Amino acid sequence: MSVPDATEIPRMGFFTDTSVCIGCKACEVACKEWNGVPEDGLVWTGHSHDNSQGLSADTWRHVAFIEQRATVGHHQPNLQRTGASDGDTDQAFRWLMASDVCKHCTHAACLDVCPTGAIFRSEFGTVVVQADVCNGCGYCVPACPYGVIDKRPDDGRVFKCTLCYDRLQVGQEPACAKACPTDSIQFGVLDDLRERATLRVERLHADGVTEARLYGHDPSDGVGGDGAFFLLLDEPEVYGLPPAPVVTTADLPAMWRHSALAAAGLLLIGLLSAAGARR
Amino acid sequence: MPERRLITSWPLLRQLRGEDPSGRGAAVRSAGTDAIRARTVEADRVVKSVCPYCAVGCAQNVFVKDGRVVQVEGDPDAPHSRGRLCPKGSATLQLTTGSAREQYVLYRRPYGSDWERLDLETAMDMVADRIVDSRRRGWEWEVDSVRTRRCMSIAALGGATLDNEENYLIKKLLTALGVIQVENQARVCHSSTVVGLGTSFGRGASSTLPADLQHSDLIVLEGSNMAEAHPVAFQWVMEAKARGATVVHVDPHYSRTSALADVFVPIRAGSDIAFLGGIINYVIANELDFREYVLAYTNAPTIVGEEFQDVGADGVFSGFDPETGAYDPSSWQYEGAFVAAASGQRDQEGNLAPLDSERSANASEGGRGDPTLDLTLTHPRCVWQILKRHYAEYTPEMVERTCGIPQDLFLTVCRLFVENSGRERTAAFVHGVGWTQHTIGSQYIRAASILQLLLGNMGRPGGGVMAMRGHASIQGSSDIPTLFDTLPGYIPMPHAHAHGDLDAFVSGDAAKRGFWGNMRAYMVSLLKAWYGATATAENDFCFDYLPRLTGSHSTYDTVMEQLAGRIEGYLLLGQNPAVGSANSRMQRFGMANCKWLVVRDFSLIESATWWKDGPEIASGEMRTEDIETEVFFFPAAAHTEKEGTFTNTQRMVQWHEKAIDPAADRRSDLWFIYHLGRRLRERLAGSADAADRPLLDLTWDYPLASGTNEPSAEAVLAEINGWNADGEMLSSYTELAADGSTASGCWIYCGAYADGVNQTARRTPGSEQNWTGSQWAWAWPANRRILYNRASADPEGRPWSERKALVWWDAAEGRWVGHDTPDFEADKPPSYRPPEGATGPAAIAGTDPFIMQADGRGWLYAPAGVGDGPLPVHYEPQDSPLPNRLHRRQRNPARQLYPHPNNRYHPDPGTPGSEVFPFAVTTYRLTEHFTAGGMSRWTPYLAELQPEFFCEVSPELAGERGLEHGGWATLVSARGVIEARVMVTDRMTPLRLGDRIVHTIGLPYHWGPNGYARGDSMNELSSMALDPSSHIQEVKALTVDIQPGRRPRGPARLALVQEYRTRAGITETTGMAR
Repeated sequence: MSVPDATEIPRMGFFTDTSVCIGCKACEVACKEWNGVPEDGLVWTGHSHDNSQGLSADTWRHVAFIEQRATVGHHQPNLQRTGASDGDTDQAFRWLMASDVCKHCTHAACLDVCPTGAIFRSEFGTVVVQADVCNGCGYCVPACPYGVIDKRPDDGRVFKCTLCYDRLQVGQEPACAKACPTDSIQFGVLDDLRERATLRVERLHADGVTEARLYGHDPSDGVGGDGAFFLLLDEPEVYGLPPAPVVTTADLPAMWRHSALAAAGLLLIGLLSAAGARR
Repeated sequence: MPERRLITSWPLLRQLRGEDPSGRGAAVRSAGTDAIRARTVEADRVVKSVCPYCAVGCAQNVFVKDGRVVQVEGDPDAPHSRGRLCPKGSATLQLTTGSAREQYVLYRRPYGSDWERLDLETAMDMVADRIVDSRRRGWEWEVDSVRTRRCMSIAALGGATLDNEENYLIKKLLTALGVIQVENQARVCHSSTVVGLGTSFGRGASSTLPADLQHSDLIVLEGSNMAEAHPVAFQWVMEAKARGATVVHVDPHYSRTSALADVFVPIRAGSDIAFLGGIINYVIANELDFREYVLAYTNAPTIVGEEFQDVGADGVFSGFDPETGAYDPSSWQYEGAFVAAASGQRDQEGNLAPLDSERSANASEGGRGDPTLDLTLTHPRCVWQILKRHYAEYTPEMVERTCGIPQDLFLTVCRLFVENSGRERTAAFVHGVGWTQHTIGSQYIRAASILQLLLGNMGRPGGGVMAMRGHASIQGSSDIPTLFDTLPGYIPMPHAHAHGDLDAFVSGDAAKRGFWGNMRAYMVSLLKAWYGATATAENDFCFDYLPRLTGSHSTYDTVMEQLAGRIEGYLLLGQNPAVGSANSRMQRFGMANCKWLVVRDFSLIESATWWKDGPEIASGEMRTEDIETEVFFFPAAAHTEKEGTFTNTQRMVQWHEKAIDPAADRRSDLWFIYHLGRRLRERLAGSADAADRPLLDLTWDYPLASGTNEPSAEAVLAEINGWNADGEMLSSYTELAADGSTASGCWIYCGAYADGVNQTARRTPGSEQNWTGSQWAWAWPANRRILYNRASADPEGRPWSERKALVWWDAAEGRWVGHDTPDFEADKPPSYRPPEGATGPAAIAGTDPFIMQADGRGWLYAPAGVGDGPLPVHYEPQDSPLPNRLHRRQRNPARQLYPHPNNRYHPDPGTPGSEVFPFAVTTYRLTEHFTAGGMSRWTPYLAELQPEFFCEVSPELAGERGLEHGGWATLVSARGVIEARVMVTDRMTPLRLGDRIVHTIGLPYHWGPNGYARGDSMNELSSMALDPSSHIQEVKALTVDIQPGRRPRGPARLALVQEYRTRAGITETTGMAR
């Protein structure tokens, strides 16, 4: 198959609208089925309905469940806490659910640090690991500001969401977005998704869901905006997302400059010393 | 030149050549990446299929490459699922191609300690031999001198996971063998829905489709955890929400459904009738009903006979016999008329009595009379006034006291209902098994039906009662029933009567008016389909061949028969009663008392292995070497390995194609039942025994595929549809005749193969049609998608409002037209009035939208059909933490009880010993698992998502009992003890009911000791106590004790239960009061 001309293809991405997520985990299973990601153990965590625990080499979509004594929009939970001493105040409750995924950053540190060329940016603007190149050096693992990319212990190589690169090449949407029963996971041209997301936030605000905000949509953020961004109903930390991620290679040019300066200084000192010794 | 390409493709060179100077894009593409091909486009074939899990019936595309299934995903064309799949549907590839499925027949010889391999053909022969022998021993020509012509020594269970064609052959063969104890998951899941909706509206199936919920202004989900149990259908609730609808979830347990609702209403488990009765009272007392609709379309104006007495303070209706614990319903009838129910309890002595009684002498011509109406609604015995008096006590205070719902919250829900009903707006109910599985479950559905009739929400877009059913074809296995009390198309299975001919049967059960008036045509056509040329007018079309019932023969009665030693053989066809049925111990002891057991499933489920590793082996109550039961395990074919139809929750019959042949010993149930029948007919071919005539006269010729010998499912579907004397396919049940000139295996499915075309295989994309999706597959009846849609128009045939238009009368065309197929005779004008003495459909006026009903009206009051009364009454569950504060009866006096040492009930609340089981329990499904776990606990991608059984408790209860989050809890009832991981969560909340606080424990019910994700089974705790009309068990509300820590092992497990029973003073009479 010929590789499409990158200039003709708009950047593709995910918009995950957590306000309509029903926590069904279809995304997790559809991803595993399509990509052949192994089942990774039976661990009952007791953390609400989250037994996948987070994104990893073997979990490329992860649904977080957050139970909070807080309000969201007009949701009336009517849970009367008979044990509460202060009566009605504890009735506030909400159950947030959100499907997390690799952000496919505009400035992807994993890609920057990969010494073998195993990670590349596809013609769709997505960040993809090439299993046939990856040598398992693991540089990318600490480089990811979101803690997404991960090594598969029994294999040694790193794995993460490819945004279903194989499906995209044949004009099919990623498996998770296709399965999602409520369209919480939307796939499309990133610019379109950003527009849609802005409208969605406006609509939610108008409906009284003032907590709605976007995360990872802003091209001026620390990673240059995410290819996979989210509509959240609380602070990112609540969902286990870093509040202000910065590409870990952001300081690389400055570091190079400093290094170069230091090297030049050392060279100068050396030259001066040599000159002095000759004298 | 390869060398040249090798050099130019060197990444460094590609990078330097300027394509990708930073070496982070195209320059580093590897050969592996270039070689990637999506297997969806590489597939040789894409096969059209349907998800095998729940009854949403999501359409699937199955991708086949080199004879192997390589991918399964949603079909985006489907109007109902739009290409989406839940986690279970998404795991279909692993389910069907994974290593958890057994490949070979396994055999456990009597007293054997382990499985052995057995050749498939040998196993089939052995099962046929066992059936022949057991049938002889269990044959009954008569009971109490009344002819029964049946075999009581064999029983079957399962069918809701199978195709309609398979269920059809199972029922056909077993009925011909005289086997009446044929049951499936529909009994334990939604049988109450069939009674409740059937008696209220005429058909026992969901009145609408999930996609129509998008047009609702209010959606009340009650008794349904829709977001978890039916995630893909829930998209339509989200759609409605996006259009501005209000979503209310009423449930004892805050689930993922609640999280997405606008309003969550916590309710005490088992108190929904009090809640719904409260809303009914609010509507009636404040005259907020849709009066024009109520007057024209419901039986509100109908006058009830003088003999009827409402429950009053005593809590029983007239006609109750405390000795038998059953009602004689004859006093509930209309004045001067006798009407037959369209569903529920039929063909029983009570139905026949009026023929001979004084009542019929008073009735007008036709022997059955016409109901008298009072359109002023003032007659003290008109239904309206009876209803008004009946629910007057269901005040907001009573609701608060009984349900634990604060009055202001209750009134909020009342106002939402009223504000969102009427000409311009509609409200819908969505229910699941949270409503059905109670000792008064049928009346839960009746209560919702009454409310929807009062508010004028039936038959209209965005209205109705949406019954969310749970298995791929559980609707189908109700329609073409593997159920004891019905024949295909809800024709009642005949009971043993002194005068048991076809005329007596039809006169006792066929309504005088409406489409049930043609019951004789449906019945004769069925008998012609089964007995072919043998069935003639002279021999009553072999009506005598049908075995006769003598009461309840439900799956729970079968267990009692097993324990009594009267059942020799038991066939489990895709059902796992050791986990899924109430009181698992009773199930296992029952099976252990059978001579032989056949299990057909994917994996070695608990019902297949209890003899070697069940809880009773661990406790020492059973020893493998003492158990005689011979066990045959047959690995079943998956839905991808056979073709046929599933009927989903919206009555839509969808054809699924075969992708590949099943491997090894795996076979379809169609293959199994056909070849079993063939063997049995061969064995008995020369028999002169009259008992064998039905089997030998049975039509049992279906084309077999060469090589696999798989019977043609399409041929079976054609028989279900039916043909005329010339062998031409019928296109509608209106073509069926009573003279034997037509044959149809299930009259309501007539039309599924119209014009000789498999209508169920139609797949016009959703994008090319309206929301009803009427060109996708085929729905019964007559491809009508929203039932009773005549009611969407006013009596004159005009839509109640433009906003809620669905079908209307087009005077110019002289037809009913609109967005859906009219559920009405297409050319019958609104002005039509039946002539004097009209019967059947001709007796339905142009203003009667409920064409299956004997009076053409929706039944607010059910004069027949519901075994425990014409109106829903609040009774407490069998095991309840609270006394009934409404009247004198604690529990439904007519409930079915099964006293047995392993099935003890809890003491009455407030009496000594009741404090031993102080907490309420409710049960539910999780998104990640499926029913009794047979299709999810063995599937790693699902198992890892919910790996362990857990209980959900409130922080308050955890504090009271010292339960630690993440630790273990032991739960005890009078039936059993289990352990579960503890989830302390704010989602569980104690309820305040006046001076009492009730704690509820939430238990998902999917687990059992086998499989990959294992745990104790909730049903070890539940009891066998049933709704009298539907014979469903009560597992949505019970009581237990909970203690921290793990349960005892070995004999100590039983000892603990015994100690609790002793402490609570439980005897054989506890909880048995009527």
